[in-house]
Amino acid sequence: MSKNEQDLQPSQIAAAKEKGLKNWVEHRLPIFEFMNKELIEYKTPKNLNYFWNFGSLAGITLVVMILTGIFLAMQYTPHVNHAFESVERIMREVNFGWLLRYIHMNGATMFFILVYLHMFRGLYYGSYKAPRELLWIMGVVIFFLMMATAFMGYVLPWGQMSFWGATVITNFFTAFDINFALGDSVVSLKLGTGIMEWLLGGFSVDNPTLNRFFALHYLLPFAIVGIVILHLVALHQHGSNNPLGIDKKTEKDVVPFHPYYTYKDLFGLGTFLLVWAGFVFFAPNFFGEPDNYMPADPLVTPPHIVPEWYFLPFYAILRCVPDKLSGVLLMFSAVGILIAVPWLDKSSVRSAKFRPLYKKFFWLFIFSCLALGWVGSQPPEGIAMLIGRLTTVYYFGFFLLIMPLLGMIEKPLPLPNSIDEYEQNKCR
Amino acid sequence: MSTKQIPQKNSKTTLKEPSPKTRRDFLILASGAAGAVGAGSFLYPFVSSMNPAADVAAAAEVDVDIKSLQLGQAITVMWRGKPVFIRRRTPEEIQSVQENDTSKLIDPELDKDRIQKPEWLVVIGVCTHLGCVPSGQKPTDNRGEYGGWFCPCHGSAYDVSGRVRQGPAPKNLPVPPYTFLDDTTLRIGKEAPVNV
Repeated sequence: MSKNEQDLQPSQIAAAKEKGLKNWVEHRLPIFEFMNKELIEYKTPKNLNYFWNFGSLAGITLVVMILTGIFLAMQYTPHVNHAFESVERIMREVNFGWLLRYIHMNGATMFFILVYLHMFRGLYYGSYKAPRELLWIMGVVIFFLMMATAFMGYVLPWGQMSFWGATVITNFFTAFDINFALGDSVVSLKLGTGIMEWLLGGFSVDNPTLNRFFALHYLLPFAIVGIVILHLVALHQHGSNNPLGIDKKTEKDVVPFHPYYTYKDLFGLGTFLLVWAGFVFFAPNFFGEPDNYMPADPLVTPPHIVPEWYFLPFYAILRCVPDKLSGVLLMFSAVGILIAVPWLDKSSVRSAKFRPLYKKFFWLFIFSCLALGWVGSQPPEGIAMLIGRLTTVYYFGFFLLIMPLLGMIEKPLPLPNSIDEYEQNKCR
Repeated sequence: MSTKQIPQKNSKTTLKEPSPKTRRDFLILASGAAGAVGAGSFLYPFVSSMNPAADVAAAAEVDVDIKSLQLGQAITVMWRGKPVFIRRRTPEEIQSVQENDTSKLIDPELDKDRIQKPEWLVVIGVCTHLGCVPSGQKPTDNRGEYGGWFCPCHGSAYDVSGRVRQGPAPKNLPVPPYTFLDDTTLRIGKEAPVNV
């Protein structure tokens, strides 16, 4: 015994002396140290406002969506002859099926509200600037995957809006057909149509489409979870940005995550869940389209096709261009341009709090996004069309012109020396 | 620096000292309990949704017209996805199973405890060994040594009361809840009203 003990390294002896299940596990998988470091002692700027709640809320919403989704999938049938019926069966026959479905339906809306606020927060406080560029880009990827997931999920009930929404959106790709004149004849390269038929698994939206959309709608949320984890790893590398946009310097600038932000997040969660539950229990179809309670009919298009509200601004951008290819490209660019934001913004100051000019243009940008949403909900004619074009120009102008130019011409306000100093002065 | 410094608590010492029961402890316990109740009531619908749905539960009762069934004949009906054997027994069969009441049974049970009317035997036709459906519904089927049913999977034999007489099955064929709505209609899935 004693001989063996002498051969052991000091650390091994220490480990062997540790007692209890927690230490046994910790020695093999340092999970408790990890949680302590990232969730409890994790140093967080002490001046975060409630706009910093939306990330964790979105994470919780993702979990609730996956949970309700899995239980709905147990009752759902992805077949054109049974899909609509099986959703109605969930509503009428399955124990609490109505609740699971309404949580899931309204959850999509809640998820987008949270993510939009989360993104606007990032734009206002310059959270995308160095060293958080990748953090921002992974957020854009999550946003893009969310849109794909939401779109495919909306197809599953196989109502009229499901079917015609799927038809319209997959037809985007036919914009990439190439026609060119070769001598006297016109040559047509059906590149886009090929992509569309590949996506649909046929020549129109039909059973193969429904089947693959169901498979992907189940898969993509887990891909989102994966990128969310990377998003968090990148976040914890340099920690949260803060309303002042200056780096934390000393211990006085930070507080431990627990209990300060665990409780702040919990309070925000309670408030948010009240709103969500309010819609689920009192206005479950507030964001829905009545047409989607009619079974899909491939022979009749509803008179007024509208996407879900969270796609309306992009839909408005698509329609404001009287050319198929340009419209589709512009719409995809509206999301894609977000990736370039960390490099378009040339200002060295992060927070709009110290950027008097940027602040004004930012609120105009918010207004233009809301206006685009309204335009998207209107028939494409008259004043709505004009407003749509003006706001589209501003949407892209904000990123491509204003962001780079302000970096050169704007005179930022003097930055405080530290978070602590600023907060102390505020108290005085 | 400000003169109005908030006194910093040394969290390490407060953790080590045995803390008196404070309002904070109460709040933590109360909000924790409320959170646990909330989480529980959130999870309940998920678990519940996996139980048989209303349409499945509604199909849990089956009405069977038995007026065309002659003595010695049997029919199989589907109830909750399982076969139910309804057999109209002949007087000889009734006599034989009642005599068998006294013999050595694997799962002792009196015939009269397994029936409501002596002529009608209603049992779930699933072998209690490993779930096969025993043969013997048609007179031409192999009914085994005891004249009831014979399980082709592993050779269990049942008598005309549905009692197991030869292993490996350990239990008698179970009797489902049923009631005679009238002389010609049998409802499976509902207990007979208690005899007054």
